[in-house]
Amino acid sequence: MAGVNEIIQPVTLTLTLAFIVTALLLVIGTPISWWLSRSRSVWKAPVAAVVALPLVLPPTVLGFYLLLAFGPNGPGGPLAALWGARTLAFSFEGLVIASVLYSLPFMTQPLRTGFEAIGRDSLEAAATLGANRVDTFVRVVVPEARAGYLTGMVLTFAHTVGEFGVVLMIGGNIPGETKLVSMAIYDFVERLEWHKAHLLAGGMVLFAFVVITAVMLLDRRAGRVVG
Amino acid sequence: MCRSFAVYGFAVLTLLASPAPAADVSAAVAANFTRPAEELGAAFTARTGNTVTFSFGATGQLFTQISQGAPFEVFLAADAARPARVVAEGLGAEGSTFTYAIGRVVLYAPTLDLTDGAAVLAANAYQHLAIADPKTAPYGAAAVEVLARLGLSDAVAAKLVTGENISQTLQFIDSGNAELGFVALSQVIDKPSTQVWWVPAEDYPSILQDAVLTKVGEADPAARAFLEFLKGEEARAIIEKYGYAVGTGD
Repeated sequence: MAGVNEIIQPVTLTLTLAFIVTALLLVIGTPISWWLSRSRSVWKAPVAAVVALPLVLPPTVLGFYLLLAFGPNGPGGPLAALWGARTLAFSFEGLVIASVLYSLPFMTQPLRTGFEAIGRDSLEAAATLGANRVDTFVRVVVPEARAGYLTGMVLTFAHTVGEFGVVLMIGGNIPGETKLVSMAIYDFVERLEWHKAHLLAGGMVLFAFVVITAVMLLDRRAGRVVG
Repeated sequence: MCRSFAVYGFAVLTLLASPAPAADVSAAVAANFTRPAEELGAAFTARTGNTVTFSFGATGQLFTQISQGAPFEVFLAADAARPARVVAEGLGAEGSTFTYAIGRVVLYAPTLDLTDGAAVLAANAYQHLAIADPKTAPYGAAAVEVLARLGLSDAVAAKLVTGENISQTLQFIDSGNAELGFVALSQVIDKPSTQVWWVPAEDYPSILQDAVLTKVGEADPAARAFLEFLKGEEARAIIEKYGYAVGTGD
């Protein structure tokens, strides 16, 4: 049964990682995107650029810096020491941190677009009716930006699933801990176990197709709501 | 207009037809041989004027690329199996394989005293032990064998982190993320001796690193010359300098 587990384990691990990263980025991405959509600060452009960096940088750049940062000589060492480890590399926690950084723009870009589409009228109307800021956010902003939220979640999830370069550089390829689907495919190809590689790779193609179709449908619906 | 075309055409033809003054050999090389390969390449260029372009990677990965038509002319593997398979699958020149180097596995730890490496391994007072992927990298397979001979396979199983090739394994250790790991002697030949433990040669099967001329390289005299150069005295001295033994040249 080891053969089956070789397929199932990376899939389960990858899905778990993608769920956690998507949830974290919902929390982290919302205030950043809101600030980016409303602020007039001179810092807006630089901050937006920093957030968008992972879109442009090769994953090896992030992987290289994370490898150094995660180790005992970087900030990751003291952090990992909190639970008795020496390094954040080679751990699921490390992958979560890396993926949050790597997938950040995939959450913030759609959210920001969604927030920017909300007119001042809605917000002012809510304020006139005595809604406090939390009320306004939950009852007005979130429903109006729901297409942005959906797109952001789908893209974040998909992008985390598709991560490879960063994981290759900091993961250590530990089954059940850091061996994601993309790594497993790479290994199978390298070991000439092409049948298993096909199973996972074919699954990824199907997955990507479904995701892209979903995003396109979401975009069309969002277009109708706004227009 | 016509005239300028003719001149241009003539220029292109001349370029295509003239014998290249210096050829470039493209070589796929196992990652553990990175440093000696670069020095060998420079020595080869100094002697013949021809250059060598190296692509470094895990032996398994390079083999996969060759089997899929990668245009490498020479393949310096980290084992004997893959070059033999290159020939068996009709991708290499018959009879061109030979052992260019015999690898040595060492345990390396920049922050520990490895005077008695076996004791450090057995003490198990570390969190991560880096090895190369045993399924694709011969040095990884050798590391697994060493651990088995020391009776530590189960004790350290949860602490193993796997580099995709032997270079990444060293990178895990040098960046401090893993305290120690099994690498090739050639990679750490210039480190202080207390940081490097030479694994007794009888504790692992010898790592014969074979070279092969591919079908692509068969037609290129420069590729043949490079392999001949590897068998010569000058090359053998360089290879030994980096911590390898050299074969008999056959």
